[in-house]
Amino acid sequence: MSNVDLILPLLVAVPILMATVPIALGLRFDRTGWGVTTLTTTGLLAATAYLASAVYSEGMVTHELGGWPREFGIQLVADEFSTLIALLVIATATAVLAYMRVGGPRGNTFYAGYLLLTGGLLGLSLTGDVFNMFVFLEIVGLATYALIASGDGPESAVSALKYLILGTVGASLYLIGVGFIFMATGTLNMQVLSEIMPEVLAQGGQNLVLMQAAFAFIFVGFALKVAQWPLHTWQPDAYQHAPDGVTPVIAALVSTAYAYALGRLMYTVFGPEFLTSTPYLTEIVVTVGCLSVLAGSTLAVIQTDVKRMFAYSSVAQFGLVVAAFGLVTETALIGGIIHLLGHAVIKAGLFAAAGVIAVSYGARTVDEYAGLADNRPFVAGGTALLLIALIGIPPSAGFIGKWYIAVGSVQAEMWPVAAVILLSTMLTLAYSARLLEKMYFTPATPVESPHPSGPVATDGGHEGGDGDDAHGSEHGDESAGNVGASAFTDAGRIGRGNPDAVSFGMLALVIVAAIVAVLLGFAGGELYDLLDPFATEVFNE
Amino acid sequence: MIELLASRYAYALMFVLMGVGMYMMIANQNLVKKLIGVNLFQTAIFLFFVAVAYVEGGSAPIVPTEGDPGAMASPLPHVIVLTAIVVGIALTAVGLALIVRIHSEYGTLREDTLREVRADE
Repeated sequence: MSNVDLILPLLVAVPILMATVPIALGLRFDRTGWGVTTLTTTGLLAATAYLASAVYSEGMVTHELGGWPREFGIQLVADEFSTLIALLVIATATAVLAYMRVGGPRGNTFYAGYLLLTGGLLGLSLTGDVFNMFVFLEIVGLATYALIASGDGPESAVSALKYLILGTVGASLYLIGVGFIFMATGTLNMQVLSEIMPEVLAQGGQNLVLMQAAFAFIFVGFALKVAQWPLHTWQPDAYQHAPDGVTPVIAALVSTAYAYALGRLMYTVFGPEFLTSTPYLTEIVVTVGCLSVLAGSTLAVIQTDVKRMFAYSSVAQFGLVVAAFGLVTETALIGGIIHLLGHAVIKAGLFAAAGVIAVSYGARTVDEYAGLADNRPFVAGGTALLLIALIGIPPSAGFIGKWYIAVGSVQAEMWPVAAVILLSTMLTLAYSARLLEKMYFTPATPVESPHPSGPVATDGGHEGGDGDDAHGSEHGDESAGNVGASAFTDAGRIGRGNPDAVSFGMLALVIVAAIVAVLLGFAGGELYDLLDPFATEVFNE
Repeated sequence: MIELLASRYAYALMFVLMGVGMYMMIANQNLVKKLIGVNLFQTAIFLFFVAVAYVEGGSAPIVPTEGDPGAMASPLPHVIVLTAIVVGIALTAVGLALIVRIHSEYGTLREDTLREVRADE
């Protein structure tokens, strides 16, 4: 335990500082953004792994910024829960870069935004201060709006503005909640708050009412940010119109980090005792979660656009996480966290697969996926595995999360949640099976497959990507845009995408995500043990 | 009730302002006015923090070198409001940039026209 706590401020500061580097270098050199970003995230991944080894062997690591005591200053905290999310954030951010090398949006300013997003997400997961959390919420939000708007079409700007307005309302409601917490307790540090909460509960009266109001504002604010029904309306648009390279990051990380923040506030700041003693609180949280599960799954079933379908599926999966947080049992809490982790891996893989299929096969709607397995067996196989994991067929990441949540719901004697989990699994099966059936059992119509069938070009695509470098960045931007646009409008008429547009890295991301999603299914017990200290501490206070 | 309102008028005003901001955000068809509504909504929250920090007869939280400073306002909400204002400015800038992009692509700032244009495409 020498200076391991110094990693905490570095994890937040380095990506934000490095975000300026691509822009500065961009004045002289054209395509430095990807290199700088990859170096930064890989370094941070190593640092986070070191931090994680310290946290999981010796317990919580804290750092007080500038040496100010935590009552006045800002504290960064890495415990079992936040380290897991930080590790997920930085690993996904690094992995998706493999996709962006050839497939994603280019340009130095884009990578500046990407690093800013990474820094914001790491800050959000490591902060130990409720107001600092608001600042990171907004940093993440700003970077997300900018990244979504970096899409080719004007639609992305419209959906980004919609997200901006709704996201700002969500963050502002959270800020009001912070105001109420400050009024009631006079402190903003989470650990201090968790120590004060039993007193506030015991005293009752005005301060308790203030805390209840704070919880109401915070919960509604986060319900907006995490996209809970009926506040989810920004999410399908944002996910659908974001560039293919950006959607995996946003879908896997942004809402996950917000859900983490909600869980952190519910369990560290307010505490299980507050949650259970406040009338109707757990009932409302669980109801909102369950309604999101049902509404999201049902809406996903009727979608024709694949990215939009996955977006509605995210509404459902986050509903499950929120419902798990509302159950207030140790098993359900850990189940929610594991489901958060598994869902992030699965969705990152699925959205990356959707991007690969869009450029290589020209398919964006469910019907266009016909015959995919014959023409692009690797990406179809990866997608199929990820879909199976999403449904929750054991052993997979989707299964263990749902299993623990279901067990937790039985422990809490909230039986309807178990029924909702079963029903949502059926609905997930409905929309996943539709896609699987199209990919594997519907032959492609002759007009739609002019290319001879064969494996996805891996080496050729990679070399093509390297060759692209010579053309300079502005040309790279154009060609990427055209591939996307022609695939979208002319699918089935002129040709079906270009298999060479897929690099080895893009395909590898899908395959690796699929493998990790399955492997996580075997790691359920280990994950439970890792998170157990956090849950025990929360519930025994 | 009247007495409560008279002593807590700052909070009441804040919620009225928030409501006005929210209404502007929802009911206005003009995108720029929507963004102004978002700003108003945020400003109401800043006023809320200022009202929280107000101390009857308190002085500015600058510690003098000698003597008893007496009652002081808490500096923390001021710092929070300053930070939140900066965040709000950044948000407004990004929002306006997006509106400029939308205007150059669709040639309109009105949401209903925008919906029609998008439906036609």
